[in-house]
Amino acid sequence: MIEWVNAVVQGVLLGGLYALFAAGLSLIFGVMRLVNIAHGDLIILAAYLGLSTTVMLGIHPFVALLIVMPAMAGIGYILQRGLLNQTLGPDILPPLLVTFGLSVILQNALLEGYTADPQKLNAGAIETASLSAGGLTIGVLPLLTFAMAIAVIATLQWVFYATALGRGFRAVSDNQDIAQLMGLNKAHVFGLAMALALAVTAIAGILLGVRTSFDPAIGGGRLIFGFEAVIIGGLGNIWGTLAGGVILGVAQTVGAKIDPGWQVLAGHVAFLIVLAVRPNGLFPRVEH
Amino acid sequence: MSTATVTRATRASRIAMIIAALALIVLALAPWWAGRADLRLMGEIFLYLSLACLWNLMAGYAGLVSVGQQAFVGFGGYMLFALTIFGGLHPIAAILLAGVLAAALSVPVAALIFRLKGAYFAIGTWVVAEVFRLTFAQISALGGGSGTSLPVGIVKSLADGRSAREALSYWLALGAAVTVMACVYLFLRSRRGLALTAIRDSETAAAGLGIDIWRTKLEVYVVTSAFTAVIGGLLFLQKLRISPDAAFSVNDWTAFVIFIVVIGGIGTLEGPIIGTLLFFLLRETLADFGTIYLMVLGAVAIVIMLKAPKGVWGLVRDRYDLELFPLSYRVNTQNKGN
Repeated sequence: MIEWVNAVVQGVLLGGLYALFAAGLSLIFGVMRLVNIAHGDLIILAAYLGLSTTVMLGIHPFVALLIVMPAMAGIGYILQRGLLNQTLGPDILPPLLVTFGLSVILQNALLEGYTADPQKLNAGAIETASLSAGGLTIGVLPLLTFAMAIAVIATLQWVFYATALGRGFRAVSDNQDIAQLMGLNKAHVFGLAMALALAVTAIAGILLGVRTSFDPAIGGGRLIFGFEAVIIGGLGNIWGTLAGGVILGVAQTVGAKIDPGWQVLAGHVAFLIVLAVRPNGLFPRVEH
Repeated sequence: MSTATVTRATRASRIAMIIAALALIVLALAPWWAGRADLRLMGEIFLYLSLACLWNLMAGYAGLVSVGQQAFVGFGGYMLFALTIFGGLHPIAAILLAGVLAAALSVPVAALIFRLKGAYFAIGTWVVAEVFRLTFAQISALGGGSGTSLPVGIVKSLADGRSAREALSYWLALGAAVTVMACVYLFLRSRRGLALTAIRDSETAAAGLGIDIWRTKLEVYVVTSAFTAVIGGLLFLQKLRISPDAAFSVNDWTAFVIFIVVIGGIGTLEGPIIGTLLFFLLRETLADFGTIYLMVLGAVAIVIMLKAPKGVWGLVRDRYDLELFPLSYRVNTQNKGN
């Protein structure tokens, strides 16, 4: 019995990581209706930037965030203004195919630069530290990841509803042309949204790299997990995304408990069930 | 007096059809004039051409942008192995049955993923492909995660002798490409094809004219899935070995196909042909560079999508008003006397 409770608890904590994968995806879609197919590869790029930073400067992966987060934000702003802004419009094909091309380029560039060998970020003692409570053993790192997910989502919520930047995001999301008339430069606002999204992606990438080994080919899988968390939670609801991540994580750890080969499959099945029963997700945004 | 006549065929399209017929005869005779390696390469070209035409029908005409067609390529491949090894079927019968099974399977799949719109639909198709891959990796009778080979007896049942088998495999690929292109062309010229083109141009207007959008898209999805599974069976009949990672590879069966269609010209029938030729030309010259080649391909696709969204064929068509497959109507006015 306690093993099952343990599987559920581990799943909930794993859900924090998936919510971090999903948060950037959700933010970009919310602001500019863009679905970024390269999102997973950007997470892996962040993990590799973390690897290079820790190796070159000899610093802890969490300290490396101070460098990787601004770096990813900068990449995001340039990417948005230099490339992705040109794809936005009524036709869904250009953004889809351009980000798909970007995904292939990123994947192969990482392969060229870092080879296909699996890598891992070394975070020292925190990787194996754990807390015991009532027969359950909880790793400090998963707990920290989950806390980070809550902090990130709370921060995004605050930025969206309590700052001038967030007002800009909401304005261009509601009506791009009128926002432009009101003096907002939408190209710049979109650039800032992508910068913020990729700063979140940096956190997700570093935490992923500390938790498990990674290689250039796994980006697609991370995109899918993030996407499933968004759809399960309900489009446009960022706390719902956390719930979606948790449901996905629990489905995976419980599936793995039944048969190790079923871990990822169980997550996909949970997603398909939600899609069949509640196509708008479990917690869709309430329309005002 | 002036009379106006409406035609579809043009002089260029008639000449193109004659050239195509002649080319087809020459290609059908390839086993007698081409070497073994060339025959294999041409077979692969025809199968990629078929996949490109099918993806183009979905994305370019029905607005169903899928990044998960590898689901049906892999399904067709695995059905070839399962139905011949356990069902004792002849490989060709197994491949045809794989198409029927894929059509049946695609209906419930569509019922689920049609709930997702646009780009979310695309990622949904990818999830389905992953479910297929992980499921087949669990079937130990088919080799589980490491895959299996087609038994020698089944390979030999195809034809006597290696060169006869290779010729047959080539003709099957050529036949598949011709069948797919003919079906797509005739479908687009039909009443339903007209409905599909209307949906492509404006969903709202098409719905206003009484077109059942959901049903039309479903038909396209089911037919495309069936054909894609048949092509998948033929691909793995050439390879003679299957594994989940090869069968459900997003790079091999979707990324390359998307690049072919985008570079050639999405939403045109000629585009996939030009795209396939360019793709294999690039591959044969740059393949030694491995990852660099794929990065170049991705970059070319991005530039084309931004600068010439109708691809190479779109540029040619706009410049010379050419249409090799007569799909649109033309009004010709002729002045008779004064």
